[in-house]
Amino acid sequence: MSEKRIDEPTGTSTVGHEWDGIEELDTPLPRWWLLTFYACIVFSIGYVVVYPAIPMVHGATAGLWGWTSRGTLTTEMRAEQAKHATIKAALLATPLDAIDGDAHLRHEAIEGGKAAFRIHCTTCHGAGAAGGKGYPNLNDDDWLWGGDVDAIHATIAHGVRQSADTASRMSQMPAFGSTGILKPAEVQDVVSYVRSISKQDAPDAASARGATLFTANCAVCHGPDGKGNRTLGAPNLSDSIWLYGGDRASLTETVTNAHYGQMPNWGAQLDPVTVKMLAVYVHSLGGGEKAAAPAPAPVAPAAK
Amino acid sequence: MTMHKAIPTDTRPPPKSFYERRKPVFPRKIDGPFRRFKWAVMGLCLAIYWITPWIRWDRGPYAPHQAVLIDLAHRRFYMFQIEIWPQEFYFVAGLLIMAGIGLFLVTSAVGRAWCGYACPQTVWTDLYQHVDRLIDGDRNAQMKLDAAPWTASKMAKRGFKWTIYLAIAFVTGGAWIFYFADAPTLQREFWTGTAAPVAYACTAVLTFTTLWLGAFMREQVCIYMCPWPRIQSAMLDEKSLLVTYKFWRGEPRGSVKAAEKALGTVGDCIDCGLCTAVCPTGIDIREGPQIGCITCALCIDACDRVMIDIGRPRGLIEYTTLENAALEQQGAAPVPILKTLRHPRTLIYFGVWGAIGVALLFALGTRTRVGLSLAHDRNPAFVMESNGQIRNGLTARLENMEDRPRAMTLAIEGLPGAKFYTDAMDSTAAVRSLPVTLPADATLPLRLYVTAPHGTTAGDFAFTLTSPTEKAAPRRATTRFLTPETAP
Repeated sequence: MSEKRIDEPTGTSTVGHEWDGIEELDTPLPRWWLLTFYACIVFSIGYVVVYPAIPMVHGATAGLWGWTSRGTLTTEMRAEQAKHATIKAALLATPLDAIDGDAHLRHEAIEGGKAAFRIHCTTCHGAGAAGGKGYPNLNDDDWLWGGDVDAIHATIAHGVRQSADTASRMSQMPAFGSTGILKPAEVQDVVSYVRSISKQDAPDAASARGATLFTANCAVCHGPDGKGNRTLGAPNLSDSIWLYGGDRASLTETVTNAHYGQMPNWGAQLDPVTVKMLAVYVHSLGGGEKAAAPAPAPVAPAAK
Repeated sequence: MTMHKAIPTDTRPPPKSFYERRKPVFPRKIDGPFRRFKWAVMGLCLAIYWITPWIRWDRGPYAPHQAVLIDLAHRRFYMFQIEIWPQEFYFVAGLLIMAGIGLFLVTSAVGRAWCGYACPQTVWTDLYQHVDRLIDGDRNAQMKLDAAPWTASKMAKRGFKWTIYLAIAFVTGGAWIFYFADAPTLQREFWTGTAAPVAYACTAVLTFTTLWLGAFMREQVCIYMCPWPRIQSAMLDEKSLLVTYKFWRGEPRGSVKAAEKALGTVGDCIDCGLCTAVCPTGIDIREGPQIGCITCALCIDACDRVMIDIGRPRGLIEYTTLENAALEQQGAAPVPILKTLRHPRTLIYFGVWGAIGVALLFALGTRTRVGLSLAHDRNPAFVMESNGQIRNGLTARLENMEDRPRAMTLAIEGLPGAKFYTDAMDSTAAVRSLPVTLPADATLPLRLYVTAPHGTTAGDFAFTLTSPTEKAAPRRATTRFLTPETAP
């Protein structure tokens, strides 16, 4: 411990410590630094008063300005919603089939639908709407309940097999095998017949037996030639698209136990505009059908 | 350790400051061939800068009618006949490279001619120095006023002059915005207060920089701020033209009377100081080549005038190369300027500069004004349809870079049996070739669905965009048709 003294070369006092002959200068903090430091203290007092700062048992003190990050989010979300208000009102007022004729409205509906699809639909149908086993591919031209925009809208709004919604898409295929309506061998015959009408296998004796069973048990819903019935949600069995698989094992499983896939009735959860936009978006994915039969001549779309 | 009784006073000298105050420069008015040339270049540069945005150019109903327009909002560059899209920005880059190499070329050929005559900093400084002389009078009057106390009269004079400064800065610097929007419209909007805020902000910033750099910083920009003089110092060699004081002829200095008294012992320089008085950067050329010399040659005008007045040969200060200066000192004949201009370095710069120019012109002459690009859907990569055919989704972008709508045909090439339809068409109306109308000067995004029969294998195919009436080769874009077997 040495005494405090004035260091000669710098003219500054030492702090009074000495370690092996090395002393420390008591250089004062720079004035600008001190002033900034005091300014920060003053600022922090103001900050604590106007902003939420001190942790309490249930959240922090509110602060004079009542600012919250959640409040900011709400305001920003509201501003964002307000931006869409005009187009949403227009979409709400326009009938579904008229949206197709309005290039601007259609574009907005597709973009809005795409966004909503990512949030609500991709869980089952996939990001590209390509579906998977048990979840229909929405890009193709095969529709269980109809592929025009109104039919798609109805399916989205009321869902599939939602007993709470009276307008929901309801169909119930009997579990032919497990309930004993058909014996296992008969199930195999029916499967052979289905594989023959979908041109996966050549007709043989089993499929001929299956044809009789099909007419008696299946044709009432799937039609005499297996082309399906959209009113009943009965899939077309003669095409190349299979929701639960078209191989023998999958078909056997389907005929034996049946499948009862479900989809939420989104009309109960989402606002009408979102459901409408979703319908237009799904319809635009490439497999959408025209409600009216005659197709217009190919014309170039208008520039956006 | 002993306790010191008194605080020792530091007797060391204070550290030397690296800051040097500006020495005010009051260049004297001078007339002569170089001054007149400088006037002409200044007039030309300011006129080109100022008038260009107001030249009209008829481009029909689909494009703006301004000859030179940098339309940032719509991402288009217009230059008379030429329209440049953002992806053709290499033309602008090429021009900038040419401008850079052009500076090298000029420096190699004629030294710091850019600094002396054409640089905006020189042009504006010259303009402001002229304003000083018009309002405050010539060099001596300016010096006197500068040294005078701040009386009401001086304040009024300064106030008036600075107002003129500001007006010039506003009218010239502010005019920059007219390159970025339709000039007459912007002018009207500007004065009625309806122009975009960015127009006012740009005008304010450019008015300020013009005023600050041109009216107040002046030669300090050349001496302290600009990197170009430093780069040039490295580029000058013994064959570069420099404004040179021929000390071997001028020294020792002496008055006309002294020369008469002692014939033959006194040089041609009479030390009148006129060369220093006219210098816009305030240097003394007689100290030799230096970074402050922008080679504006006003000292040549001044010295030649004095030499004529006292009946001595002109050219005591002259554009000379170091090589010629050495020759002249030895009494040898100098190399002619035209021969010096043709030295290899200059010719190489000229060759590179010219080659880039020719390449740009060639590219400009052969560029196509229609574009086609395809983006294959990633998810789903393909879709199986109920009848077994395979569908691929694509987004095509059809670019029409001309200022008129064009009727063209989009067609599939390859992929037998394949057809396509757009999202505005019904799938049953699929075709192999589709007439499309491309909107003028725009990109048309088109959603395409390509369907191919069952059993089609994955492979490359293309779309072509042709015009039934135009002769140009079709635009072609290749992509791959994906099928279940090849799907990732």
